[in-house]
Amino acid sequence: MAKMTGARMVVEAMREEGVEVVFGYPGGAIMNVYDEIYKHRYFQHILTRHEQAAVHAADGYARATGKVGVAFVTSGPGFTNAVTGLATAYMDSIPLVVVSGQVPLSMIGTDAFQEIDAVGISRPCTKHNFLVKSADELPQILAEAFYIARTGRPGPVHVDIPKDVTAQLGEFSYPKDVKIETYKPTIKGNARQIKKAVEAIAEAKKPVFYLGGGIINSNSADLVRELVAATQIPAVETLMARGTLRYDDPMLLGMVGMHGTYAANMAMSEADLLIALGPRFDDRVTGKLSEFAKYAKIIHVDIDPSSIGKLVHVDYPIVGDLKAILQELVPKAKEKVNPQRYESWREILQRYQELHPLTYEDSDKVIKPEWVIQRVGEKLKGKARISTDVGQHQMWAAQYYPFTRPREFITSGGLGTMGFGFPAAMGVKRGVPDEISINISGDGSILMNIQELMTAVEYRFPVINIILNNNYLGMVRQWQTFFYDKRYAETDLSMQPDFVKLAESFGGVGYRAKTKEEFDEALDDAISKGVVALIDVVVDRYENVLPMVPAGGSLYNMLLEYKD
Amino acid sequence: MIEQRRVISVIVLNEHGVLSRITGLFAARGYNIESLTVAPIPGSKYSRLTIVTSGSPRVIEQIIKQLHKLIPVYKVIEHSEIVEKEMVLAKIPLEESLADVEALCRAYNGNIVNIGQESVIIMAADEPLRIEHFIKAIERFNPKEIVRGGVVAVER
Ligand SMILES: Cc1ncc(C[n+]2csc(CCOP(=O)(O)OP(=O)(O)O)c2C)c(N)n1
Repeated sequence: MAKMTGARMVVEAMREEGVEVVFGYPGGAIMNVYDEIYKHRYFQHILTRHEQAAVHAADGYARATGKVGVAFVTSGPGFTNAVTGLATAYMDSIPLVVVSGQVPLSMIGTDAFQEIDAVGISRPCTKHNFLVKSADELPQILAEAFYIARTGRPGPVHVDIPKDVTAQLGEFSYPKDVKIETYKPTIKGNARQIKKAVEAIAEAKKPVFYLGGGIINSNSADLVRELVAATQIPAVETLMARGTLRYDDPMLLGMVGMHGTYAANMAMSEADLLIALGPRFDDRVTGKLSEFAKYAKIIHVDIDPSSIGKLVHVDYPIVGDLKAILQELVPKAKEKVNPQRYESWREILQRYQELHPLTYEDSDKVIKPEWVIQRVGEKLKGKARISTDVGQHQMWAAQYYPFTRPREFITSGGLGTMGFGFPAAMGVKRGVPDEISINISGDGSILMNIQELMTAVEYRFPVINIILNNNYLGMVRQWQTFFYDKRYAETDLSMQPDFVKLAESFGGVGYRAKTKEEFDEALDDAISKGVVALIDVVVDRYENVLPMVPAGGSLYNMLLEYKD
Repeated sequence: MIEQRRVISVIVLNEHGVLSRITGLFAARGYNIESLTVAPIPGSKYSRLTIVTSGSPRVIEQIIKQLHKLIPVYKVIEHSEIVEKEMVLAKIPLEESLADVEALCRAYNGNIVNIGQESVIIMAADEPLRIEHFIKAIERFNPKEIVRGGVVAVER
């Protein structure tokens, strides 16, 4: 067996894992590793301009491809900058391995230069973390890190490596099979429970599929489509599940929750059975818990037992990998379930859809943000990946973009991280280079990682940033409008950089669109040129995201319109 | 919902930071720890934690599931039929009536364990509730210091 340094082991482990790209940012404590990257070009290293962006980019890559994303950062401030990225991935169950440098073992605990208790900080926002104590442990720890990240409920794993460990010599033999005695996620669902669930579906009168992000993470959208088509049971999607069903699937009632459609929220409220496939009953979906799905029995399928019954009582819990469970459940459901049974239920919901469809008032004088999303959809549906930042633009994207497949929509759901969209879109572009990568952002969010224009230009990631510029922290402004008597405390963003010049100064292309025509031209131009672009779209300042369930309200009490 | 007291044993791999993972989980999710004892399990690579906690049935269920989720956790045992013991040490001034002190200790499965220049150290090991009684009872001997050990438990 070969002896090699800990640093070399890190790059060898990446090779063993088939890692094709690492996003990162060097510094003192991780320099030995970077020196090995220089010597062995096993994978592409992408130098972002901020560690947060490195982790978001790895995250976007993971969300788009389903592979494990990887980021390297240095100790101290390098690591603390990465924390938001870890927390973002943790909340949405995204598989990542983040390697950080640490001060030498002998200096740990001395408040050394650039020392921080990295594993202490990352503990609550990672699936697991490791402090490596000797080079000999490295192969096993890195193999476990990848294994833990991608199995069970996926999540980010952090490996903290002291500088002297990266210099130490050790044996490198990379474990082919990882077995962790204390970690055995349940894969197969309980057959009896599955059978009972199918019976419950067959007997229900008003069932609804409640589709969650677990479907995307477990790659089971095809099976879900099959199940929905076979049973003809209406379905709602969470933010994280967008794209599970095609936008034009007749069974799809749209997004559910705070900014869900009327029909989707009413379906949840009136259902007698919820068939929850991989959602986590987030408060942005359930609204007031005591009123949530009051008349429904609940089937909940999830790989994470702690997700089941955490917030609501579940009548049919099924723990396991969603894909494995659906493989069993779908054929049984096809046999047992009579789609005709739900005819009148479908009719009721169809009436709800007709009564209050998702809609907005278009205008000739000013660009409506919803129009922009629809326009992007008309031009690019099925051909682009859509990332977003956080705010109104994110909700409009989720509501109005015609999603055709899973992993098409890349957004920070659980943590709601402004600054996520652009770096994530770079990771998406790296993961699926043949597709167009669009980041829908706001004038507030885009400034949170704007420095990445440099990375995008350097590595030719022709991400098209579409800024729905309302000169406000729009989503907060909307809450101030509805719930704070229009006291717009610190949400006015009239003071702005010239986004066009800003893009140009980094070597990208900037556009400003004040009319629909200008927007069309800008988007067409950016697509045909294949450049790093920023389209500053001047939109209606006071447009609100509707419908809206006020926080803590019940799903069936939606604000459907707002009149001044 | 009614709060219930629960004793939970957690068998974990002996590794760096595992205790802070457990206590961090309780802190982050607002669960209550009444007492916590830890020691290696002889002849193994595991340690056993005994946690006394309380909460509604749903909270207890979540505590157990969340503990299970931690990677180094091998087993979570939610005790029902158990023998529970807790230990307490106390320092009593020499002026007190040592015969009375000793008699009291005996009643609680204990003894005088050390006699010094100014004080004696006594111990008792008994069920947690009885330990409470013991602590009340020794008040009248003006203890200078009382150190409780936390609960250990084993299934019957
Ligand atoms: C890092 C971070 N800070 C603060 C918030 C709170 N927040 C949520 S939405 C929002 C406004 C976003 O404004 P903008 O990016 O302009 O988007 P818009 O809502 O106008 O579309 C803020 C401040 C957040 N989600 N993330």
